[in-house]
Amino acid sequence: MKHPKFNLLTSATIAAAIGFGAASTAYAETELVVVSWGGAYSASQQKAYHEPYMAANPGVKIINDDSASDGLAKLRAMNEAGNVTWALVDMTASNAMLACDEGIALEIDHDTSLAPAPDGTPASKDFGDMIVSPCFIPQIVYSTTFGYRTDLAKVPPTSIADVFDLEKIPGKRSLEKKPINNMEWALLADGVSGDDVYNELSTPEGVDRAFAKLDTIKDQVVWWEVGAQPAQLLSDGEVVIASSYNGRLFSAIEEEKQPIAMMWDWQMLDLDGWVVPKGGPHHDVVMTYLTWATDTQRLADQAKFISYGPARKSSAPMVGKHAELGIDMGPHMPTDPKNAKNTLLTGFEFWADNADDLTERFQAWLSQ
Amino acid sequence: MAQAATAIEQDVMVTVDGTPLKVSLARSLRRNKLKALLLVLPLFLFILVTFFIPIVDMLFRSVENQIVGTVLHRTVPLLAQWDERSGELPDETLFAALAEDFKEATAAKTSGRVGRRLNYEKPGFSGLFRKTGRKVKTIEPPYREAFIKIDKKWGDLDIWRLIKRESAAFTIAYYVSAMDLSYGDSNEIIRKDENNRIYLKLFWRTLWMSLFITFMCLVLAYPISYLLSTLSVATSNLLLILVLLPFWTSLLVRTSAWIALLQQEGIINDLLVWVGVVANDDRLQMIHNRTGTIVAMIHILLPFMVLPLYSVMKTIPPSYLRAARSLGANQFTAFVRVYMPNTVSGIGAGCILVFILAIGYYITPALVGGQSGTLISNFIAHHMSISLNWGLAAALGSILLAVVLVLYFVYDKIVGIDNMKLG
Repeated sequence: MKHPKFNLLTSATIAAAIGFGAASTAYAETELVVVSWGGAYSASQQKAYHEPYMAANPGVKIINDDSASDGLAKLRAMNEAGNVTWALVDMTASNAMLACDEGIALEIDHDTSLAPAPDGTPASKDFGDMIVSPCFIPQIVYSTTFGYRTDLAKVPPTSIADVFDLEKIPGKRSLEKKPINNMEWALLADGVSGDDVYNELSTPEGVDRAFAKLDTIKDQVVWWEVGAQPAQLLSDGEVVIASSYNGRLFSAIEEEKQPIAMMWDWQMLDLDGWVVPKGGPHHDVVMTYLTWATDTQRLADQAKFISYGPARKSSAPMVGKHAELGIDMGPHMPTDPKNAKNTLLTGFEFWADNADDLTERFQAWLSQ
Repeated sequence: MAQAATAIEQDVMVTVDGTPLKVSLARSLRRNKLKALLLVLPLFLFILVTFFIPIVDMLFRSVENQIVGTVLHRTVPLLAQWDERSGELPDETLFAALAEDFKEATAAKTSGRVGRRLNYEKPGFSGLFRKTGRKVKTIEPPYREAFIKIDKKWGDLDIWRLIKRESAAFTIAYYVSAMDLSYGDSNEIIRKDENNRIYLKLFWRTLWMSLFITFMCLVLAYPISYLLSTLSVATSNLLLILVLLPFWTSLLVRTSAWIALLQQEGIINDLLVWVGVVANDDRLQMIHNRTGTIVAMIHILLPFMVLPLYSVMKTIPPSYLRAARSLGANQFTAFVRVYMPNTVSGIGAGCILVFILAIGYYITPALVGGQSGTLISNFIAHHMSISLNWGLAAALGSILLAVVLVLYFVYDKIVGIDNMKLG
């Protein structure tokens, strides 16, 4: 008869497990799962937000989850399963709009939920038109712009038209494998003014015009899909010029000392920030943390670790030097006046409506 | 009579405790069957939960369309009575119902979801529903004019035709889209504009590339396996490790290694330039295109062909070939007529394994495929995690499943699935 022994063992295990569970809840901290992009970006959040907050609030433990790249899909799946375990999710503005449309993110009253600027300006004014969706709490402004090899480019490119000019800049170039940004750049290079880009893109003729412009460089383009690719392609000398996120280019230039320089003309500004998942855990704790982590000082602090611009107007004067390299971060910000001569803010409304259709057309165009 | 009855009773064999042997046997058999069932039960449940239910769910999602009818539950029944060919807009009562539905949906934050669903069919719905949701709180009769004032699209007959078409609980719209088709003005199914056709091309590409990769794997693996099975145990074990080592290495590492080897500034190109075969400014493009995908996938899938072939070849006694030779066949004939037919089961198993893996392959084509080397699975992933069009992803997945099943059926008819041996 071995059954009693087996039962004894099982029940002992179960008892131990229950004991453990009880013990851990007894003195547990509140655990917040914060979803972000990983790598240098999560590290900047860890140093600027998470660590100081946990030091000041021993009852809260922040756990990083690096699945922001498919955060929207996972959040939707969690919502459908009725078990949302994420406390905060880092999203691009357009994804935050989708999440809001889908009803899987909470709408926030920015003035009552977020801290005002040090001079008393309410949060909604301080963030201004960065609040593109009622669910979105802006954090940084990043830009998709160009980096080029200083030793391989025949002449340094100075304008977006040069990217499409195979005679001035011969060689391969790298662009992201999706229509967003590329369509805008094609029209800008074709002579459309920044104010008219989205009006033009809203017409079938405008779309044709953008594809016709892209056609002129199509066989010289290496398409990238993952954020790490363009800097790698530039470092390997596979391409002469590549579109990339400005933070990635910053680390290739300043941290890895690659022979790369920035070309800021018509950089596409985009926003990244938090959304609070609907039905997520520990709502009150999350909101307290969020108020603190998005105040003026914290947003300015993050810019010490990564070259993305803080989303609050009041944070801009407080941006200082890089925490480790000791270089002045101001000139590396997309919002620096020297870099921001020509900028375009991504048309979130336009892409919310047209991304599906234009992506299909873009992919068909690629395979032709 | 009584005597006859006892005679029959005595005929029945009984066990020691008096129960008939038949009953006792059946009882113990049943107990064994139950034990066996309990033993496979975890596996059965595992397969049910991780394999069967997801597939059913996928098939269901590819036609499911409840969101429109649920959220616009007042509007949809009225819309059913509306004659789309009349050339008239729906009447005021329908617009009043729409206003009610919208107010309710905005409060429950579901109007955006309907907008997203309809946006898959026609760009602009997302914005229309978001804009209307913002302004509907203050709407007042007459509703028709009020809606058209919010956005003039509400006065467009096409918008209403589309809502009516997609208001049923089930839809074939995802399949229509997945077959590069679309709906015309009067809801007839037509081919998509040439600029927007992608999926059929991708299905075709996925199919022929998978077949090609399978064929190349077979061609490469056959001699390797033959060598492995005929060498001495010590040498063949050493060589087998060379086959297995890459098999155990991370997929991403192997794919990245191919990038380092094949790229334009990579090792192979450097070598070719150094030897003088290609000019420095005319380096070969071997990655980020079809060639890259095919080369990397053949390498990654090769072990799946080698192992079944090797395990089958190992069991073929060398005496068969010797017998054939002694009966007068030359080396070639003996190999083709005697040895090869014996390896068919290994070829079948290897080909099926490699083909099924190749047709759903995703990471390698995404990394090295460029524009000409991406497969249908990359688009399914795109619709899963980027565009969130899960219905279309499910429809594409279901079509892929159907294609594989058809091919499996054909394979069964030609080769016979019983002729498969994995080891």
